[in-house]
Amino acid sequence: MITKDHIILAPQGLHARPATTLIRLAKSFKSIISLKKGDKTIKLNSMLNILSLTINGGEIITIIIDGEDENEAETAISQFFTEQLKDL
Amino acid sequence: MMKGIGVSQGISIGRAFIIQKKEVTLTGVLLNDQAEMRIEIERFNKAVGNSLREIESIKNNSSSLSDDDKAILETQIELLSDPEIKDGVIEKIESEQKNANDALLEVITGFVQIFENMDNEYMCARATDIKDIGNRILKNLNGSNTSNKQVYGPNTIIIAEDLSPSDTITLDIKLVTGFATQVGSRTSHAAIIARAKGIPAVVGCGSGLISIKNNDLVILDAIKGELYINPDDNLLNEYTIKREAYIKYADTLKTLKDVPATTTDGMQVTLTANISGVEDLADVFDNGGEGVGLLRTEMLFMNRDSFPAEDEQFEFYKKVALQAKGKPVIVRTIDIGGDKNLPYFDLPVEQNPFLGYRAIRICLDRKDLFSTQLKAILRASVFGDLKIMFPMISNIQEIRSAKSILAEAKAKLLQENISFNAAIKVGIMIEVPSAAITADLLAKEVDFFSIGTNDLCQYTLAVDRMNEKITHLYDPFNPGVLRLLSFVIEQGQKNDIHVGMCGEMASDPLATLLLTGMGLKEFSMSAAAIPTIKNIIINNSEIKAKQVYKNVMEMDSSESVLAYLKEIAG
Repeated sequence: MITKDHIILAPQGLHARPATTLIRLAKSFKSIISLKKGDKTIKLNSMLNILSLTINGGEIITIIIDGEDENEAETAISQFFTEQLKDL
Repeated sequence: MMKGIGVSQGISIGRAFIIQKKEVTLTGVLLNDQAEMRIEIERFNKAVGNSLREIESIKNNSSSLSDDDKAILETQIELLSDPEIKDGVIEKIESEQKNANDALLEVITGFVQIFENMDNEYMCARATDIKDIGNRILKNLNGSNTSNKQVYGPNTIIIAEDLSPSDTITLDIKLVTGFATQVGSRTSHAAIIARAKGIPAVVGCGSGLISIKNNDLVILDAIKGELYINPDDNLLNEYTIKREAYIKYADTLKTLKDVPATTTDGMQVTLTANISGVEDLADVFDNGGEGVGLLRTEMLFMNRDSFPAEDEQFEFYKKVALQAKGKPVIVRTIDIGGDKNLPYFDLPVEQNPFLGYRAIRICLDRKDLFSTQLKAILRASVFGDLKIMFPMISNIQEIRSAKSILAEAKAKLLQENISFNAAIKVGIMIEVPSAAITADLLAKEVDFFSIGTNDLCQYTLAVDRMNEKITHLYDPFNPGVLRLLSFVIEQGQKNDIHVGMCGEMASDPLATLLLTGMGLKEFSMSAAAIPTIKNIIINNSEIKAKQVYKNVMEMDSSESVLAYLKEIAG
């Protein structure tokens, strides 16, 4: 299992458009991928769950990845948060 | 006449087309056995599948979709396949014996309520997306025809309670020339699409809209946010002329993007924009802005639990510096306090927050916070043309203290061997009357002034801008305010430092010639206002502007000033 914190670099936060990209990315791996903000944890397969957390720009969230391809998934998701997210 | 919020520009005259939503209601039917449940689950799955295919077909068969439209459709696809909806519906069918219609309706209504009650305008607006996909599945469940192409006549003005994302995306703007809705705000989905497609729209008109019938003649004035139904010939003629004049004017403004802001006799001014982050920059350049006259940094500090670290701030400034393509960017150091508070920074409640612990006063007290921000800005300064501006300066000592903290920040970076622009320009906001009156003294300490007319006006006139009873006293054309402005600009010229303005007055077309006459060199405003102001500059001369200034300074009341400025504006 891999656990890693990420800071939301997009000023508007994790709104619908980047959330769509993130869910699709998470779905492309076999591992179970979850997102934790504060004391709430959700599975990264539901748009409604992500949006309900209201993740704002500058906030820190934790991504938890568990499964056979967790290393590949971690690399891709980290790249999403450090690079792609800013342009979405 | 009906009033709403004009969310895009322009005037449209056409025939009303009423879009009515068919309300789907609960049936109250309870299922008898497992077999019926299986059938209902299957019906639901099939309806979701059909809905997905419909959206895919809109996506693939419409050539005119913008990137925003496509992103909305992708989000809808994700929502349609959201396990929270599917699991919720199946749960209700299996354990509460509800049929698919009722189960879906309840699940959707539940989510819509959660989102509508969120304390965040963006999330509230997402309720519309959820309703929209819910309606689509329901339509498929009930087997009604869900053809996406509505047939409109030419010059159609759509009247609806609200427009769903699917409604607006499939609008054919060759035929639909405007729309009005009962609900909605500036950030609602319909408003965003209206601006993106460039069609006039008025939202939030209220329930009065239901009195409109199909084929009624409608004048839609999105500039004023007004709607006229079946106007008489006089009004119709008036608006036909207005509409043509507006189209001509809008066309002219579009051609100005790359035209320099120079008067007919060659005096050059700089038109820049006020922004809150890198995402605003594209709009600035699209409108012909020549840089950023005010980068507000509060965004960085809001919506979070603690102060952002130096690295995070550095990234923010660096991104702006890079995207500004070498154009100057004035970074205002943090301006919290007053009406802007941070949840993690416990500012005591004050009797007079605007006269209290705010902006530079906090920074000079909390050197740690200030120094972090200055170091981050300095580090980013090698990536573009950044300048630093201190807000709320009221005396010379504050400038000296701020500059000495800046010097310490530079020294630390030198020690850490980190590069920065050592000659970074430093300026102040002129927004406190004492600063304006001592502009001659302060000018010797800084590289530039930027006049913040909103606060300067409020402090000079002793008028709280938020107090509705005295809004008539809040008046930037008050001769007292004008004298201060004129003095600040004059002292800037005498001391050979740049003077700009980043308050609302800079975007007021009535003030443009007067300020140009005073010698103002830079006007910073919201990006959308730039073409209007540029149009005034390039069609007038410096000589005329100076004459306007001279005439205005002889007037004894803002009524006469305004009457005169309106007269010369035609």
